Amino acid sequence: MMVAYQGANAVSNKIEINSLDLFYGKFQALKTVGMSMRENMITALIGPSGCGKSTLLRCLNRMNDLIPGVQVKGNVRLDGADIYDSSIEVAELRKRVGMVFQRPNPFPLTVFANVVYGLKVAGIRNSSRLKEIAEQSLRAAWLWDLLKDKLDHPALDLPLDQQQRLCIARLLAVQPEVILMDEPCSALDPIATMKVEELMMELKKKYTIVIVTHNMQQAARVSDFTGYMLLGEMIEFGVTNDVFTKPTKKLTEDYITGKYG
Amino acid sequence: MRIRPRYTQWLAVTILGGATILTLAVLVFIIVFVLEKGLPVVNFGFLFTNAEDMGRAGGIFTTLIGTIVLPLLAIIVAAPLGISTAVYLTEYTVETRATKIIRFGTDCLAGIPSIIFGLFGFIFFVTTLGLGWSILSGGLTLAVMILPTIIRTTEEAVKAVPKSYRQVSFSLGATRWQTVKRVILPNALPGILTGIMLGIGRSIGETAAVIFTAGSSLRMPSSVFDSTRTMAVHFYILAREGISSENAYGTAATLIIAVLAINLTAYWMMGRFIAKRS
Ligand SMILES: Nc1ncnc2c1ncn2[C@@H]1O[C@H](COP(=O)(O)OP(=O)(O)OP(=O)(O)O)[C@@H](O)[C@H]1O
Ligand SMILES: [Mg+2]
Repeated sequence: MMVAYQGANAVSNKIEINSLDLFYGKFQALKTVGMSMRENMITALIGPSGCGKSTLLRCLNRMNDLIPGVQVKGNVRLDGADIYDSSIEVAELRKRVGMVFQRPNPFPLTVFANVVYGLKVAGIRNSSRLKEIAEQSLRAAWLWDLLKDKLDHPALDLPLDQQQRLCIARLLAVQPEVILMDEPCSALDPIATMKVEELMMELKKKYTIVIVTHNMQQAARVSDFTGYMLLGEMIEFGVTNDVFTKPTKKLTEDYITGKYG
Repeated sequence: MRIRPRYTQWLAVTILGGATILTLAVLVFIIVFVLEKGLPVVNFGFLFTNAEDMGRAGGIFTTLIGTIVLPLLAIIVAAPLGISTAVYLTEYTVETRATKIIRFGTDCLAGIPSIIFGLFGFIFFVTTLGLGWSILSGGLTLAVMILPTIIRTTEEAVKAVPKSYRQVSFSLGATRWQTVKRVILPNALPGILTGIMLGIGRSIGETAAVIFTAGSSLRMPSSVFDSTRTMAVHFYILAREGISSENAYGTAATLIIAVLAINLTAYWMMGRFIAKRS
């Protein structure tokens, strides 16, 4: 099994990370991390608080660039091209690799204005085009029927789970290839969480998804591959089912069975 | 022995409430006092005819114009400069020694008495640049004077915009400038407007910085190179020279009403703006 999936790797890895080190000033938050994310699959990152999951995720669309004093070594390849290369336009990269945050964070604007934000930034002015993409994106996030009559309502008046899916719609509007999700359900109740998980299963048909989660059941339920991190290192990475049922490392087993800490 | 919480609570409410009432009372007293003395002379004729005999007779029309033009010029110059500086300092630079020194400098400037600005304006704009006593000299001096206030209030307003808005904007592929233009400035606008209002208020009420730079001519100015007199300066001269206390209070009452009107308009505009965005 392992051999088969590694063999396929060469063809359809969307993202490849090689010996990635990251420093916040003097503090090393990532230590020679290596892993890959396959196209149209969901990859989960799990591990205890502070192990570097969010840091690793932010490396994939260079959001770490915004933090003063960050230094990155090693490389991250998107479709084979190093995203830390000096020829890369960071804004363009971020359109290809989008992000959903922990707390739903719509702008204090209308539903419509939120969905088309990325498009306006990309210079699309044509209003029928904007409406068309807004509808597509809201449909893809399962919000169209709920919100089609509320497009001019303030986004912040929506319930939290709809806000979070609105954030997903806002991201889908810029037509990313990869979606990074940092604990996207941690502010949601179980029913809303299930809804987002179902949505992820749908979205992976078109997108490559990387999700950080504290919830191991969630990782087990939605992901195809799982990476277990500890203190900035990638301890174990493989097919989700294998990581959860027959981990190769003692550390992984301890964490998964709840013995950690 | 410890005082019972019930009593400390009562004491706190009394002291805090008392302070509030006292503040309000002083404010209301001043306004009522000035309006009561001044309003009887304020009418259409007073507002729209020129002063005669140095202000002993006639109205205050030219000073009304001066009061509109000088702060307007000041704000037209200071607002873009101040807002740009503040945005640059907060969004485009990381906190270093240099930015700290700049910030310290603006704080110091904000605390300097206005007469110093008047003196500076006199030496620099009036004499060195040869602009003479003029609307231009006065407006530029006022601009320099209110610049620190606008920079600081804008900085605070920009910093108060949640970090997550910036993150989302960047994550959707926006550049820094697009983020500033589309997210940060609109969300900071109420705070920025407050700074501008403070600046306008200070300019309208200013005498020392104006009298040295714009002069105190009562003639109708025909260009920005002419001298002018603002209502505040007019009031000062009328009262100090004992020319006409009636007209002095009339001027003061007009000034107070103008400031109130400006503030109310600003609040109304802000309210509408916020309602429209959300
Ligand atoms: N901006 C920063 N500056 C300095 N250190 C940071 C910064 N962000 C994170 N760290 C440190 O880097 C390490 C990894 O942080 P990170 O947020 O990636 O962990 P995480 O696995 O996402 O944790 P959590 O599950 O709590 O979200 C932590 O020790 C954290 O203190
Ligand atoms: Mg995290």
